[in-house]
Amino acid sequence: MSEKPREFWRWKEYRQTMPGMDPRAAKIVTAGVDIGSVGSKAAVMLDGELYAYSVTRTGGVSEETAIKVMNWALEGTGLKTEDTHYVVGTGYGRVNVPFAKKTITEIACHARGAHYIYGPTVRTVLDVGGQDCKAIRCDEKGKVTSFLMNDKCAAGTGRGLEVFADLVRIPIEELGKVSLNLTEEPPPVSNTCVIFAKAESLALLRQGWPKEKVAAAYHLAMVDRIIDLLTKVGIEKDFVMTGGVAKNVGIVSRLERNLGIKPLEPKLDPILAGAIGGALFAKALYEKEVGLR
Amino acid sequence: MITAGVDVGAKYSKIVLLEDGKNILTRANGVVGFDVGKSAVEVFEKALVDANLKRDQISQIVATGMGRKIIHKNPPINAGEIVPEVIADAKGVFHLIPTVKTVIDVGAEEGRGVKVGEKGGVKDFVINERCAAGAGTFIETMARALEVRVEDMGPLALKSTNVIPMNAQCCVFAESEVVTLIHAKVSKEDVAKAIHDAMAGRIASMVLRVGVEKDVVLVGGVARNPGFIPPLKKELNAEILVPEYPEYTGALGAAIIAFEMEGQK
Repeated sequence: MSEKPREFWRWKEYRQTMPGMDPRAAKIVTAGVDIGSVGSKAAVMLDGELYAYSVTRTGGVSEETAIKVMNWALEGTGLKTEDTHYVVGTGYGRVNVPFAKKTITEIACHARGAHYIYGPTVRTVLDVGGQDCKAIRCDEKGKVTSFLMNDKCAAGTGRGLEVFADLVRIPIEELGKVSLNLTEEPPPVSNTCVIFAKAESLALLRQGWPKEKVAAAYHLAMVDRIIDLLTKVGIEKDFVMTGGVAKNVGIVSRLERNLGIKPLEPKLDPILAGAIGGALFAKALYEKEVGLR
Repeated sequence: MITAGVDVGAKYSKIVLLEDGKNILTRANGVVGFDVGKSAVEVFEKALVDANLKRDQISQIVATGMGRKIIHKNPPINAGEIVPEVIADAKGVFHLIPTVKTVIDVGAEEGRGVKVGEKGGVKDFVINERCAAGAGTFIETMARALEVRVEDMGPLALKSTNVIPMNAQCCVFAESEVVTLIHAKVSKEDVAKAIHDAMAGRIASMVLRVGVEKDVVLVGGVARNPGFIPPLKKELNAEILVPEYPEYTGALGAAIIAFEMEGQK
């Protein structure tokens, strides 16, 4: 009996068009394309309001991914890439967005996008992406005042969760929920390094720990790592999370408990923050270009 | 008088049985399994059989290594004392190479730099025990990505003279980078060299924090890897000496310390 190999780290790609919006009535159509290390996101905005978006996996060739994610966001809207007035590229692969007029760092875009998603009271943005983790401080306009980033080490990033999902054979989207399915929290996994933490988790499984308990220990170690970074940059309210890991309840709820600060509830998918920020910058840049501001 | 040093490492347990603080009677090693204590006992019993000795003929046992606490005052090994790896390393290497001033010990899961003082004492040290990218695990993980046996990695790297920079500093990220390099049709030899160059760079920058003074001696399992020595030599701008049994210096140092403890009684 051979089991078909499954990729537990592989999350579902998706797109959406917001109901009740008419692109023909829009004065300015802009887009932000966020080519991340793992996921790529495109957000299309009509006069600064989110209209359509898509989220895909980043492929081997960033240019192709950029075209794919943009076309998919526009699918069924009647719009084409040429119909947009201005596109900003952001993220790790931002220089590889062929139709982008300008590139802006994902730090600036995440702060700006977080303001759109969570509102102007946001002062600290924690962006945990596929391969990095950023703690960003910003002002009431969504402008970055300081930040700290870990992009050297997989610990405390989405990549750490991918490795763990494959180890325990639980789909990555369910991992956070599974890790909360126990009555008492175990001590955190003692290793920071993903390679060592994986070996330690395997040893715990062999000792007979249920998957849920090992998952909790692994999430707790990740949370400790993320809190280290956050503490260094300093946390000011309101605190919010963006990036793919913001969708993991096992991370979010433990961050909330260990920090003693409740992150705001997102009104939109927090993975879109970078792309939305890019589209908002695109609008401002277009207005400047045509003399509207 | 016979003493023993037991070095319970992350991957292997190493044992040295020593006569009168200088003559090595037996060396033995074995893989550390999930039951660390049990694996150490197995190697210990193997060493006793090899040397045709019984536990009560050994006057003193000192343990070192990651798992040292498991066998401390715990029969059947019942080690009388435990010492940190850096102290055992300095002692063991000084015994073999008395001109040593710097010991670099790269094991399976840790990397250490030790500044050795007079009589084989420790003047200063630096340890990486948190990151797999600065330990043997790095080469092992990369070997898996390259689909090459870990013992073939060094010889493979020596076949290349090309310099291919690796950007990733994390073992997990480097794994993806290696896959990307393979897809870009970079030869396995070149990738293997890039892996060793990157690792040597990291170990060198760690050791440089305590300073590098001649003679520099490389020990630990990674000292068996011939591909690691040329880039390390280049990074440190110093000759690198490797003793004949580089993975046993910790156990040897522990056995010497056991002898010295008995002498003071």
